[in-house]
Amino acid sequence: MNFHLTKEQALFEQMIRSFAEKEVKPLAAEVDEQERFPEETVAKMARVGLLGIPVPSELGGAGGNNVMYAQAVEELSVACATTGVIVSAHTSLCIAPILESGTPEQKKKYIPRLASGEWLGAFGLTEPNAGTDASAQQTTAVEDGDNFIINGSKIFITNAEYAHVYIIFAMTDKSQGVKGITAFIIEKGTPGFSFGKKEKKMGIRGSATSELIFENCVIPRENMLGKVGKGFGIAMKTLDGGRIGIAAQALGIAQGALNETVKYIKERKQFGKPLSAFQNTQFQIADMQTRISAARMLVRSAAFKKDQGEKFSADAAMAKLYAAEVAMEVASKAIQLHGGYGYTREYPVERMLRDAKITEIYEGTSEVQKMVIAANLLK
Amino acid sequence: MNIVVCIKQVPDTTEIKINPATGTLIRDGVPSIINPDDKAGLELALRMKDLHDAHVTVITMGPPQADNALREALAMGVDDAIHLTDRKFAGADTLATSHALAGALRNLTFDLIITGRQAIDGDTAQVGPQIAEHLDIAQVSYLRKLDYDGKRTFTIERSIEDGYEILETEAPCLVTVLSDAFQARYMTVKGIMEAYAKEVKVWGFNEIEVKEEDLGLKGSPTKVHKAFSRGVKAAGELYELDTDEAVGTIISKLKEKFII
Amino acid sequence: MENSTYKGVYVFAEQRNGEIQKVALELVGKARDLAADLKEKVYAILLGHNIAGQAQMLIEHGADVVICADAPELESYLTEPYTQAMCHIIDLHKPDILLIGATTTGRDLGPRVSARVATGLTADCTKLEIGEDKHLLMTRPAFGGNLMATIVCKEHRPQMSTVRPGVMQSLEADTQRQGEIIMVDVPFATQKFKVRLVKSVKEKTSKIDISEAKILISAGRGMGCCDGLNLVKELAETLDAQVSASRAVVDCGLVGHDQQVGQTGKTVRPDLYFAAGISGAIQHLAGMEESGYIVAINKDKYAPIFQVADLGIVGDARQIIKKLNDRLKN
Repeated sequence: MNFHLTKEQALFEQMIRSFAEKEVKPLAAEVDEQERFPEETVAKMARVGLLGIPVPSELGGAGGNNVMYAQAVEELSVACATTGVIVSAHTSLCIAPILESGTPEQKKKYIPRLASGEWLGAFGLTEPNAGTDASAQQTTAVEDGDNFIINGSKIFITNAEYAHVYIIFAMTDKSQGVKGITAFIIEKGTPGFSFGKKEKKMGIRGSATSELIFENCVIPRENMLGKVGKGFGIAMKTLDGGRIGIAAQALGIAQGALNETVKYIKERKQFGKPLSAFQNTQFQIADMQTRISAARMLVRSAAFKKDQGEKFSADAAMAKLYAAEVAMEVASKAIQLHGGYGYTREYPVERMLRDAKITEIYEGTSEVQKMVIAANLLK
Repeated sequence: MNIVVCIKQVPDTTEIKINPATGTLIRDGVPSIINPDDKAGLELALRMKDLHDAHVTVITMGPPQADNALREALAMGVDDAIHLTDRKFAGADTLATSHALAGALRNLTFDLIITGRQAIDGDTAQVGPQIAEHLDIAQVSYLRKLDYDGKRTFTIERSIEDGYEILETEAPCLVTVLSDAFQARYMTVKGIMEAYAKEVKVWGFNEIEVKEEDLGLKGSPTKVHKAFSRGVKAAGELYELDTDEAVGTIISKLKEKFII
Repeated sequence: MENSTYKGVYVFAEQRNGEIQKVALELVGKARDLAADLKEKVYAILLGHNIAGQAQMLIEHGADVVICADAPELESYLTEPYTQAMCHIIDLHKPDILLIGATTTGRDLGPRVSARVATGLTADCTKLEIGEDKHLLMTRPAFGGNLMATIVCKEHRPQMSTVRPGVMQSLEADTQRQGEIIMVDVPFATQKFKVRLVKSVKEKTSKIDISEAKILISAGRGMGCCDGLNLVKELAETLDAQVSASRAVVDCGLVGHDQQVGQTGKTVRPDLYFAAGISGAIQHLAGMEESGYIVAINKDKYAPIFQVADLGIVGDARQIIKKLNDRLKN
């Protein structure tokens, strides 16, 4: 048993903290307020290698691991949850399935460009009528010689029009149910592929979230990811990994809210002494810290297991379920301890609460996480 | 071109707090960082590497944990790292420090030596020029811009109080740089993964060319007679005075504090 | 080293473009105190070209002897020729104490000279006094000003120190004062001159980042509008300080956001923070309470700023600053 970061992970923590503090945090309020995708931050992250952390160096990545990836998403989210999810969706939902299920040619074509940040990645599974019930896919892919013709739409897609590469799921054989789902790699600019409405959201407002529309979009067979009918497995496996990213994002939001709170209660004086001198305040922050630390254990252990090649599906689900709850609870308490100021946009904690909510919903709602955890117990 | 950058690991002085009860410095939990001016020096060297394919070596003198500063430099992109560490170096003032570093530098080939202008824990700005003197090479301090003609000549902008000077000199020379002149790059993730795979050369007294009497406490002409904090911040004085008296009080306090 | 052969308090009298710098006069003033304690003389070292005419000024401000090297090689400051001249004079005259202004020139020259003559140098001193055993006690801030250290150099001579400009007091000029002027010829080793000055460029004083300022005069709502801010600017100019402001003033558009102190602005810790008409909302206090010395003026004696101020004055900041400006000018 060893709970320490490796030397590399410790050095990385130093780097990512300073990056988040200096490059990400100053933009967080603006990105939220203006619902603006932080393209300049994405470019900076690309330069230092944050868009290809767990990618082998042979494929142009940093040669890091999933613990580091979770550290990155966490620390970015401490400053700005929007930035955290950009990296998470790109890495877990686009790079990971290609690394996992792609052909050598697909890896060679896509991974170096994604890992270097030249291209950004996205993932499309959810449809208007296929949310938690992802098997109810209505998007279709019809074989036509060496091509597939795709029709349908995907909604709530993170990174949306800022991405270049999309992992898309479609029904190749409706009669087969989930076994009729196939995954494809689709590039932006493919004729018949366009963007629909951009969502106006409660939180992570800088993250671009749009609908993807496919109208007779012709995709060559070489862009099929994995085998015909194996898409659902790829989607589920991808989401298992993605949950580590979202759990890390939730953890970061919680830590960010606690950091702000600790700073505030030392400064804010009421009844002649700082709020931090009141025992009620101390009990609150003790609870917040304890939960955050527990959430971090879950997140790191899930990432560690993934790095070791062990099964991590239930671990990732527990990490996400718990970290999302902690994010909501801590952000809410943070506002309470800030009082009226906390409810205003002068302080970042109100944004953090708005950002926290989505972590209980996307990449599997908390209820889905419980299904995964329970299924693992009952099998 | 061969560049050697001298760096120092320092406590982040902006994080240091005074214990209000005892008036002493609280050093626990204060992070160690690469001195900001030195980090700018690393950035300058790495830009020369990008532009002129320079080979960059980083050197530090310090206790074993200074290794972390060297790994950070490696992760930023420097080629080689040397850690100068020996009990004989301990307790050194600037002169003895400069002797040890100059001794190590004599083992290396260099066209340019870069140091930070000064370290935030000592603020002396002396080690760079003293190294240059021991090595009998030219120095330019307070550098804010450096051009290299690709052969031997450096053109340097040196900051001074009311503007800057443009100076020219040939390799080899030593420059000291200002932290705000070169915004240091981040370590890259790839660099971090490789930083611990690289070898950091560890040199002690036996590996360098220097006289023992010039080193450490023995080689230090200056000694700390006493150190004290500025004192516990007492509850301030509050006065309700008429304007003239108020002005008088302010002036006498400012005089007392050597401000006017 | 036989220390007793080293005598006299020496000051490097920095000149630029033929003009003696203020810090040189401050050091001569301080050297008088030290020389009085030691019962020795004050020597000013004046290096330059066509500079001898300035020597009398140093005498009028307290020097007993001016040692002057007048040579074309010394016209503008360059490390090597100045180091050679200083070391030549040190060899010749054997100073007990040598003070140099902690300017960009002094901090370039000092360490080079100290390394060449193999003695100690204490940087950026803010206090100098003679100890009981006749050694020079050199006090300076360290750790970003969190700690003060008194340094001694007992075994080596000269005892060298660079001294922060603006800290020591120069003496009133005494035009009747007489002194000796010694001219020195420096045997330059010109083959060691490796740096050439191409040109010197004057720039408008670049605005210093307020987080690095030594003195900040900070304006709050209590200073009122434009004319109030002008009073603050005037005081800043007199004290060689920077202007900063609270959020209220920044929001009015009177000063830029980069000059805002506080949680949404910058965190500052100058040696002196002068809060003029600032009540001290917590967001503001968070940004400045670590300052070395805090002076606050505010009408409301219950203003939170007084909880962190070392010197608090209850009163109208505008009137007090106005009067303070007048008094400091005279």
